[in-house]
Amino acid sequence: MSKKEWPLWEVFIRSKQGLSHKHAGSLRAADAEMAVNNARDVYTRRSEGISIWVVESVNVVASDPSEAGPMFEPANSKAYRHPTFYEVPEGIKHM
Amino acid sequence: MEKENLEALDRNFQDKIDREIRIEPKDYMPDAYRKTLIRQISQHAHSEIVGQLPEANWVTRAPNLRRKAVLLAKIQDEAGHGLYLYSAVETLGADREDTIDDLNEGRAKYSSIFNYPTLSWADMGMVGWLVDGAAIMNQVPLCRCSYGPYARAMVRVCKEESFHQRQGFEIVTQLANGTPEQKEMAQESLNRWWWPALMMFGPNDADSTHTAQSMAWKIKRNTNDELRQMFVDATVPQADLIGLKIPDKDLKFNEETGHYDFGEIDWDEFWQVVKGYGHCNNERVTARKKAKEDGAWVREAANVYAEKRAQRNKKVS
Amino acid sequence: MTKQEALFEFLLRKADDSLILGHRLSEWCGHGPILEEDIALTNISLDLIGQATELYKYAAEVEGKGRTEDDLAFLRIEREYKNVLLVEQVNGDFGKTIVRQFFFDHFEHLLYEGLMNSKDERISAIATKTIKEIKYHIRHSSEWVIRLGDGTEESHNRVQASVTDLSRYMNELFYQDEVDETLIKEGIIPDVKDFRVEYENNIEKILEEATLSLPEEKWQLSGGRKGVHSEHLGYLLTELQYMQRTYPGMEW
Repeated sequence: MSKKEWPLWEVFIRSKQGLSHKHAGSLRAADAEMAVNNARDVYTRRSEGISIWVVESVNVVASDPSEAGPMFEPANSKAYRHPTFYEVPEGIKHM
Repeated sequence: MEKENLEALDRNFQDKIDREIRIEPKDYMPDAYRKTLIRQISQHAHSEIVGQLPEANWVTRAPNLRRKAVLLAKIQDEAGHGLYLYSAVETLGADREDTIDDLNEGRAKYSSIFNYPTLSWADMGMVGWLVDGAAIMNQVPLCRCSYGPYARAMVRVCKEESFHQRQGFEIVTQLANGTPEQKEMAQESLNRWWWPALMMFGPNDADSTHTAQSMAWKIKRNTNDELRQMFVDATVPQADLIGLKIPDKDLKFNEETGHYDFGEIDWDEFWQVVKGYGHCNNERVTARKKAKEDGAWVREAANVYAEKRAQRNKKVS
Repeated sequence: MTKQEALFEFLLRKADDSLILGHRLSEWCGHGPILEEDIALTNISLDLIGQATELYKYAAEVEGKGRTEDDLAFLRIEREYKNVLLVEQVNGDFGKTIVRQFFFDHFEHLLYEGLMNSKDERISAIATKTIKEIKYHIRHSSEWVIRLGDGTEESHNRVQASVTDLSRYMNELFYQDEVDETLIKEGIIPDVKDFRVEYENNIEKILEEATLSLPEEKWQLSGGRKGVHSEHLGYLLTELQYMQRTYPGMEW
């Protein structure tokens, strides 16, 4: 008998209309339908969701943490992308 | 990797920990940290899963519809908690089913409390009140554990567990306020569960091998004895309130310290149960092993069917 | 038979179906073939126990003798339980549990769709809530029947054996007597004869996809609706009633 395990899936839940799906956790399932069913039973027992996405974990491509410096730090020096960078004269509202 | 380089990484790691920055799965971590986490989180997961069994023992005998549904929902949560925790273990590179095999082959530990038998309905109350109560004491600080996935799993677990202790206390309260027979049932159960519940926090700090390192790594935030004291301080007034007697002749409130002093735990019993000589060590592991073995054909069939269908879909497209 | 007597009896039959099957599924708790499935079976069990509770409550009100839902669930003798034989059959392997569920879910689906239009508002409200649960159950059991039937040789053989075994109890799902006739006339319940063909088609369609088949020989067993059960029910009730029988009249 094969010892092969069911693949791992990542579960994303939309908690209510208007919000995006958020990572809730992972689980095992043999196929996509089962993954959705299991996600429902494991992660929405307390009405945590109204919509579920599942994706097989092997299909998630992640950035490399050792590259976090070159990936994300250059953005830190570009404060001019944020509104707080700019001075607004007193008395100006709604800008 | 060069030695100096490794030392720098380790320093950097500890520095992050000290600055309360969470460690995430793909970040550098020392081997020993990884191993400690795998051991601790998988033991925790096993405890949830094995912990289903003593309560499942009473599901079919629950005294009314409400209690049956509540108990079942609670045990189901435990399966869920086991699952969240196994997921956290997997982020460390340990395979869930291998981890489960360690449990089933007797290579892994789990909380010894679940090797005690559940002998009366009152035990369902005691397990919720005392065992979950003690677990919550342990788990709340783990929500701030340095390892991100573990901390996040614990946040979810703690949120869900908040009803577990309450439902247990509700059962006990109902009995304590019930007929003399029911009150006796509750007291007898408390007599059996009190000391094992105190043992759940592990050996005294002086005898605890892992505590110092785990605290430095911020996997653990409080020592065993600190948590045990918090539990006693919280629980004794609850027992008083419902008129049950804690089975400890040395138990006394200490005005000076503001804490309860309590008697010596029977550490001999503790170690014997850990070693496998408790009432149910064998039954619990055998039941888990049987569940996995009996389910092998089911899991395999689902795999084979998924492959067949994928092949068919390929042909169609 | 008065309408009230018929209604009480009907509610009891359906409540007993849900309770006994919910109880059987709860026996899986902690022993499922994989964690995720342990959780799924428990969810279905909880749905069923919830349905039973609602139905017993209403039955108790209809009866009007001061009994509670727990009195009805826990304090009758075996002959007074009116569930179909199918639901009391032992769990067996996971495949057998799934087939039992599959035969039952498909029937419940059609029945409760009919009950949603009941002239009895309470029943139609219960049915409206319940149908959503059943739609999920049916999906769960049907998908599993297909996976196991069309999975490995072993799973196919196991699940085919369960289909053959449990098909003996299918007919009883459609059992009718004076109780049903009375309530059909009043527009309170649908006539199950109306969807018998649809039921069989639904079952056969999925069995076909699963490469499974119903046996040619269809000797059918019944008795549950009259309180005459298989040997299994007595043991189930022994556990179910243990606390209430040992400590009579106490609150828990």
